[in-house]
Amino acid sequence: MAAERGRAAEACVGQVVLPGDLLLLPAQYDEDAEGERLRLNAGAAPVGRLLCGPGLRRSGAGLLVTKCGLLRHRPTGPGAYWVDSQQKRYVPVKGDHVIGIVTAKAGDVFKLDVGGSEPASLSYLAFEGATKRNRPNVQVGDLIYGQFLVANKDMEPEMVCIDSSGKSSGMGIIGQDGFLFKVSLGLIRKLLAPKCEIIQELSQLYPFELVLGMNGRIWVKAKTVQQTLIIVNILEACEYMTAEQRRQALAKLSGN
Amino acid sequence: SLSAGDTSVLAGLYGPAEAKLSKELPDRAALEVLLRPKVGLPGVLERSREQQLRQTCEAVVLGVLHPRTAVTLVLQVLSDAGSISFGREGLLSCCLNAACMGLLDAGLPLSSLFCGITCALGPDGTIVLDPTARQEQEARAVLTFAIDRSERKVLMATTKGSCSVEEMQQCLVSAQHAADTIFQFYRDSLRRRCSK
Repeated sequence: MAAERGRAAEACVGQVVLPGDLLLLPAQYDEDAEGERLRLNAGAAPVGRLLCGPGLRRSGAGLLVTKCGLLRHRPTGPGAYWVDSQQKRYVPVKGDHVIGIVTAKAGDVFKLDVGGSEPASLSYLAFEGATKRNRPNVQVGDLIYGQFLVANKDMEPEMVCIDSSGKSSGMGIIGQDGFLFKVSLGLIRKLLAPKCEIIQELSQLYPFELVLGMNGRIWVKAKTVQQTLIIVNILEACEYMTAEQRRQALAKLSGN
Repeated sequence: SLSAGDTSVLAGLYGPAEAKLSKELPDRAALEVLLRPKVGLPGVLERSREQQLRQTCEAVVLGVLHPRTAVTLVLQVLSDAGSISFGREGLLSCCLNAACMGLLDAGLPLSSLFCGITCALGPDGTIVLDPTARQEQEARAVLTFAIDRSERKVLMATTKGSCSVEEMQQCLVSAQHAADTIFQFYRDSLRRRCSK
């Protein structure tokens, strides 16, 4: 018997979990506790759909934790468990919207650096309104905001700048000027949450344009270079500041 | 950077990144360990330690999730209690612990954690865990174990000196007990980090 026996998944929600922890799912946990009931299908999988999110892997009896972080649970719809971990390295996932930098043009395909282990490819026809005669004007060094069409561990990632209906919906080449910088993935997820306080407080300071890429890259553009740099510094510092410190810093800036 | 008493090691982990064609493996991540001593160039001893660390890490890292990539682990010895050469076994267990914490911090998928424990067998048969440089020199044998967290199994064992099989078993048992302290330390430091 393993020295580290499994714990109930529900008991660990919101706590730090380490790789190697085994989490038991509700249906099986009940069976273990009530040893009197005899079931014919004692080893069956739990009833109902369960999504196994990032940081977890199915392993026979339950879920095996593979990354350290806080365990989260979503009970509605298909219930989902995942681990909120802090990371700086991005691994391409299908459907993620990311900012890529064009590094090469190879015939009809652009190679983009997205911060993963391989450059992603982007076809010139994957823009809204692009045809063989009407090519998009993309140069090496341009920034592109797109989403992954194909992204798994075995194949080269492919990006597109249109969604399934053919509309660009905000994706495409990012304009001139502005400032691109990199932050950790956890901060991006925090900023993308609905009604993010940081973005609301910053928007009261100066008007600015913001593009967030799930690969940790943020592009900011404000009216003047100085305003842009101030916003960049605040966003970078947000990772380590508490809400109080942030409000103090913003109050100082708006007072100036 | 991990410090155990006077010994401290800085670990830097890069990956999964693009691998050179000559080094990439088609089904798993290629793990590379670089160990740099405090003074001088890395020699043969460092190379053998690098291989031991690499095999230990490969046992826990889920490399199949990232095929054709390279994961690089760079360990720099910052301070080593007194001794100039890399003869101290205590440094190896410090490197093991630093490597594990580096893997955790970088967010690489791991199937389990591990820790490194050194124990010295004195001339009269007493077992001393985490010996000082002095105790190591006087000991009859110095053993280093890498213990896995999920089932307290041995991932790697290195011995310097001679000892009998029973003595080695006794050292292993005491190392397994001591491993709990180190795993608790991992948990506490991660809890502090995640709660910020």
